[in-house]
This record gives sequence, C-alpha cells and structure tokens, in this order.
Amino acid sequence: MKLAVCIYEGPYNHAASDSAYNFIQAAVQKGHEIKGIFFYHDGVYNVTKLMEPPQDDRHIANRWSALGATGIDIVVCIAAAKRRGIVDDVLVPNVRISGLGQLTMMAIEADRLVVFGD
Amino acid sequence: MAEDIKKIMFTVRKPPHGTIYVYEGLEVKLIMAAYDADISVVFMDDGVFAVKKGQDTKALGIKGFEATYGALVDYEITKVFVDRQSMEERGMTEEDLLVIGEDEDTEEPIKPQVVDSDEIAAMMAEQHNILAF
Amino acid sequence: MLHTVNKSPFQNTSLESCVRFSRPGDVILLIEDGVLAAQAGSAKTPLLEEALQKCQVLALSADLKARALTDLVPGVQITDYNGFVDLVEQNTTHSWL
Repeated sequence: MKLAVCIYEGPYNHAASDSAYNFIQAAVQKGHEIKGIFFYHDGVYNVTKLMEPPQDDRHIANRWSALGATGIDIVVCIAAAKRRGIVDDVLVPNVRISGLGQLTMMAIEADRLVVFGD
Repeated sequence: MAEDIKKIMFTVRKPPHGTIYVYEGLEVKLIMAAYDADISVVFMDDGVFAVKKGQDTKALGIKGFEATYGALVDYEITKVFVDRQSMEERGMTEEDLLVIGEDEDTEEPIKPQVVDSDEIAAMMAEQHNILAF
Repeated sequence: MLHTVNKSPFQNTSLESCVRFSRPGDVILLIEDGVLAAQAGSAKTPLLEEALQKCQVLALSADLKARALTDLVPGVQITDYNGFVDLVEQNTTHSWL
C-alpha cells in the first residue's frame, strides 16, 4: 500500500518526529511503499545539518537523511522553511525543498496519509 | 463529480493566533483547492474561533486571515462546516460566524454550514485522506 | 476509521472529542502522551470506558513502556508500530492533534 506521512513539529521538542520515524521504519519493513514524507510547520527543522545532538542521543536529521538515501522522497515545505530561515544550504543530503503541491499530491495519490504533530 | 476525484478533508481544531497551525493550514487549503480534489473543511473544538467574525490582529502585529476566509468560495472551497456542539459550548451562535463568500447569482453572503457531530463523523468516514490543522 | 490521540486526557480534550466523533466499529489508537488515558483507576477512566463501549481502543507499547504504564483500563489492547501500520492499512486515519 502507498503511504504518506506529514510531520508538523520540530526535532527533540516534540515526539512527532520520533513517532513518524518509528512508524515509517515499521511500514518499510512490512513492504509498504512510502509515497513521500512532508515536513510542515516547525517540522522543517528536522532536517538541518546544523543540529549536533549529544553523541549518546539519536541524530534526528541524519536519521531522516539515511531514510532519504534509500530512495524515499523527503520534502520540506518551501513556504514554511523560508519563514523559519531554513534554506537548501542548511539541509542534510537526500531531502529536498518544494511546495505545498507536493503535500497535495501525497494526500491524493497515497492510499493513506498519516499526520504526526502536536 | 468523477469517481476518481479524491475526497480530502481538513479538520481545524486549534484556536487561531496563539499558534501558527490555523494560518499555515489555510495556506494548504488554498493550494489544494487548485488541484482535482473534493475538499471539505470542518471547524470543531477551538477551531470554531477561527471562523468568528470581527477578528482584528492589528494590535498583535501579526497577519490575520479573516479576509482570506472571506474568499474561500472564490477558491471553490464551498464545503465548509462548523460543529454545532463545539460552537455552542464556546458561547457562539451562527450569527457570530464570518462570511466565506457570496452566492454567484443572488449575491447573498455564504456562511459555513453548522452541522451535528454525527453528520461530521459520517463525512469523515467517506474521506480518502484527512489533514488536521 | 482509525483515530490517533496523542494528548494527555488530563490536559486536553482531544480524547473526549475523538470519542464524540467516532462511530461504532472505529478504532482509537493512543500514542505519545495519549497513552496516559489508559492508566487504570484514573479520573479519566470513565471516558476511556465510554470509548470502549463503541470502539476498539489500543495503546502503543513503546509509549506505555516509556511512561511505566502497566496497570491499564481493562479492555485496552496493546500494540506496537507494526500493529499501528496494519491499522493504517485497514483504515483512513484522523490525527486528533
């Protein structure tokens, strides 16, 4: 089944990013196709390479980047990103900035869209 | 409406202005309206305050959105609903709701439609996907 | 329908609204702080019992364990992320954020 995931909150402060990640890992292992992951609102902060968490903690941005490297389309909303000072230069590899049209396509084309937020 | 047009619902449950969810959520609705999707918007819980008329955000120094809501019908977003119980619990009546556009022929103002929770639950069950803001 | 609730019922009315808008046969999945509703013998147990009257109610094991919740309201089932994915596969989802 084609699944899409939308994440509204930034890293560490809220559980949304972790919940979404764990959900997606399970979905991938079950053989579902991830149509896309869309970061909106403060969710755009999840994939900046400027974050440097303590070494004994998970590295949220690198984790998303690694997931992107497997071919999953990870999209950061351009309007939400610009508003918050997030631009291409600060993003980890394997994610891209694009418009809300991408979220629209995910909502229409994915069989299921799951929202993680606060 | 063609059968392959997907039903997408937006639920608005958060109050306006204290956080950005309602504002950025509106941006999503306006973009999505340009695509082939059967869009509906439901205001429930504190979300009903987002469609209260007379909002003035000037003194806060933030951009409001009442004018944009006033143009929802122009964006062809016409399925706009308010949960009756949420509205009444918050001391609001239909009279308090803002206008989302006007009827093309009669130029009568159009307001969100006030419905009961079981109608909303039935609509939710028909959706392809639901986005909460 | 699958309803996910991620808020503590002691601070937020999300679960209450979710129960009001859910229909018989729907599934409610408690995640994140939402699992606090599953604690047995709390002031919110009657609300959860009302949910159980018409819906299947599950709580996410990872979130229960993290919060040391072991004594759950009878009838609440426990699931993991695999179960979460299966529920999404079977239902359109609404997140009561």
